[in-house]
Amino acid sequence: MVRSVTSFGRSGLSDWLLQRFSAIVLALYTLFIVGVLLFTPDMSYEQWSGLFAQEWVKIFTLLTVLSIVIHAWIGLWTVGTDYLPKVWLRLLYQSAVLLVLFVYLIATVRALWGF
Amino acid sequence: MSQLTVSLYRYNPESDQKPRMQEFQLDLPEGKDLMVLDVLALLKEQDTSITYRRSCREGVCGSDGMNISGKNGLACITSLSQVVKNNKLVLRPLPGLPVIRDLVVDMSLFYKQYERIQPYLINNSPVPSIERLQSPEDRAKLDGLYECILCACCSTSCPSFWWNPEKFVGPAGLLQAWRFLADSRDQATEERLAKLDDPFSVFRCRGIMNCVNVCPKGLNPTKAIGHIRSMLLKQAT
Ligand code: SF4
Ligand code: SF4
Ligand code: FES
Repeated sequence: MVRSVTSFGRSGLSDWLLQRFSAIVLALYTLFIVGVLLFTPDMSYEQWSGLFAQEWVKIFTLLTVLSIVIHAWIGLWTVGTDYLPKVWLRLLYQSAVLLVLFVYLIATVRALWGF
Repeated sequence: MSQLTVSLYRYNPESDQKPRMQEFQLDLPEGKDLMVLDVLALLKEQDTSITYRRSCREGVCGSDGMNISGKNGLACITSLSQVVKNNKLVLRPLPGLPVIRDLVVDMSLFYKQYERIQPYLINNSPVPSIERLQSPEDRAKLDGLYECILCACCSTSCPSFWWNPEKFVGPAGLLQAWRFLADSRDQATEERLAKLDDPFSVFRCRGIMNCVNVCPKGLNPTKAIGHIRSMLLKQAT
């Protein structure tokens, strides 16, 4: 069978594993943020930016956004190959998804490290 | 006598632009639970042009798979009491495959996927004089797999197979893929697995379990797919 050039890991197994790993990271980060919000009901700007000044929070956040990129790409790639049989439409859709994910990533890096 | 309305999918490529549903009225004998296949035979007495496949009429050959009031099944072993609601029965061909005529579908894609998983033992060691023996335990691993009659009820109820019938093996083919991976006499495990590792063949299964829901033999393709996945994982890590 012809290899899929647009799938993430190009192998069903690696896509499948990455999908699960990234889901775990997303779940952990959700718990983390919800936990922080619950324990500090009246969060001030200083507290919030103090939280994100810590290196490990920055790394955790970046890891989470990378997980979003991977998770969304694998998932939406699958949806596209199911429902968009026309090649040009599929490529257009895939490019749009990639663009949005790329913007997410850049915006996150900018917000975290501020350049 | 009780009355039954049968709504039947009709399509004759020589005379019809597109398929249509035709209604038939049927008087059913009292005190007898007919099978759907019996109903088709009665309808064919009214209209001889009605076309469907059947052979064994006892759930063995797998030729009369069809969509019976919304659920795939074998007409010969599905009784009216199981499927008739408000005295109405709706019969359509198996979904997702090209219709040749009325209830007869073109199964080429289904068979192509079956062929792709190499449904035969691969063993290059010298053939023993009598037979290749298996322990009772190894033989037991094939239970729930070898019984498949390739009726296609499962694959044609699987959305992943509808969207990608050329690339996704489908539940029937994957059940058989596992049947040969699980066979102690087969020596081609690695080659078999290597052919299944792309994003479509196995991994397009989304665990919807429509296949398990319809299999007239009570088999469980989803479980077999899970076994293939763990075997791939074991090999690759
Ligand atoms: S697994 Fe069941 S439904 Fe599927 S082809 Fe075999 S017998 Fe038919
Ligand atoms: S469990 Fe997998 S093979 Fe079975 S119907 Fe769902 S997607 Fe198809
Ligand atoms: S006629 Fe053989 S399975 Fe129904």
